[in-house]
Amino acid sequence: MWKPGKPEERTPVAPAAPAPQWTNTAPPTPKETRPVETSRFNEPRTEMAHIGKSVIIKGELSGSEDLYLDGEVEGTIELRDNSLTVGPNGRVRANTHAKDVVVHGKVNGNLRADRVELKKSALVTGDIITQRVVIEDGAFFKGGIDIQREQAKEAPKVEARPVEARPVVAPVSASAAVSVGATPGVQGSLIEAKKL
Amino acid sequence: MGPVSFFQKLFGGGAQKPPETVQPSGARINRRSSGLKEFFRNLEGQEGLSVLDLGATSATNIAWLTSRGHALYTEDVLTSAWDSALQITGEDGKPTLDVVRFMAENMRFQGRSFDAVLCWDVADYLPEALVKPVVEKMCSVMKPGGTLLAFFHTRDAGPDAPYYRYHLAGNEMLQLQATTKGGGPQFRLQRVFNNRHIENLFREFASLKFFLARDNVREVIVVR
Repeated sequence: MWKPGKPEERTPVAPAAPAPQWTNTAPPTPKETRPVETSRFNEPRTEMAHIGKSVIIKGELSGSEDLYLDGEVEGTIELRDNSLTVGPNGRVRANTHAKDVVVHGKVNGNLRADRVELKKSALVTGDIITQRVVIEDGAFFKGGIDIQREQAKEAPKVEARPVEARPVVAPVSASAAVSVGATPGVQGSLIEAKKL
Repeated sequence: MGPVSFFQKLFGGGAQKPPETVQPSGARINRRSSGLKEFFRNLEGQEGLSVLDLGATSATNIAWLTSRGHALYTEDVLTSAWDSALQITGEDGKPTLDVVRFMAENMRFQGRSFDAVLCWDVADYLPEALVKPVVEKMCSVMKPGGTLLAFFHTRDAGPDAPYYRYHLAGNEMLQLQATTKGGGPQFRLQRVFNNRHIENLFREFASLKFFLARDNVREVIVVR
């Protein structure tokens, strides 16, 4: 039985934290066909550049930060040290080189990355050159897959491609080399050029 | 009337709306395959082979083949073949398939040639106009001595036979995964080939070897 103590003597006791459960078993191997949803799509990162679904870019797109692309890009995409996420509304007609690529939308072009993930809504036509590829059930893929076990490390890019984009005021599409993350000011004007 | 047309009438096949909402079932059925065993026996001891998979996109197949050092090219022929955009009006005013456009937009392979082809049961479900062009294309893109594995339904299968996606589960084991659309199979069986029809279909190839599976499927190993 608890012995009632004097009120002034009672001190609140924080509940003891549950002891960590340590097991000797190895963590279960994730199922190949049902990979865990990555966090990039559900938890937007503040440092990730975002191209909205109404934006159309024609030309060379390069950058030094992660990119979430939900618009249309035609040309080439160079994000060698960063990740590219093609959103469900994304339409890419470009050859892409990134560190990681996650596709929810449509890609017509080759994908070169350390890791490529095709979500169930992905429609990809082109070759994939990667160390690891994850394809969700339901994804459509047409093309060749070349698994490279050890990709030779290329010399890191010292600086991002200089911005050559001209600020677009009225037209919807911009035909220019667009660098993401190099010059925030220009990037902002380009992104905000077409806001419906 | 050619043999393909005769059996097409048997099942009343014809223009079919392309699948829009595919619902792959989660359940997979394991089935032993003598044809697959023979297929991998022909590839035994070789690495870096170029393999073509004409079935639906399968992460399992990609992992299975690439983990063994092979390069894989995958092309979901049936999904492309039943695209409504390929439907045109022929000179006689009847709806027909734009074969030229299909072959121009698909089956291009960027100059690749293949050591092995997983044809599965694609020929049973293709529109009639595409059967011969697809097989001829296989002949042209396969290396001499290359191996092709194809499945053909027997007459007992019936027109409402379930359509399966095939996943590699071992050197002689397959996993069959039914896919449905609107409650029925994703693709409808278009025809049934007999042995002679199959021999005629692959007459440009060097040799054929037949295996009979338990689920009303005839497995054929074709050597280029």
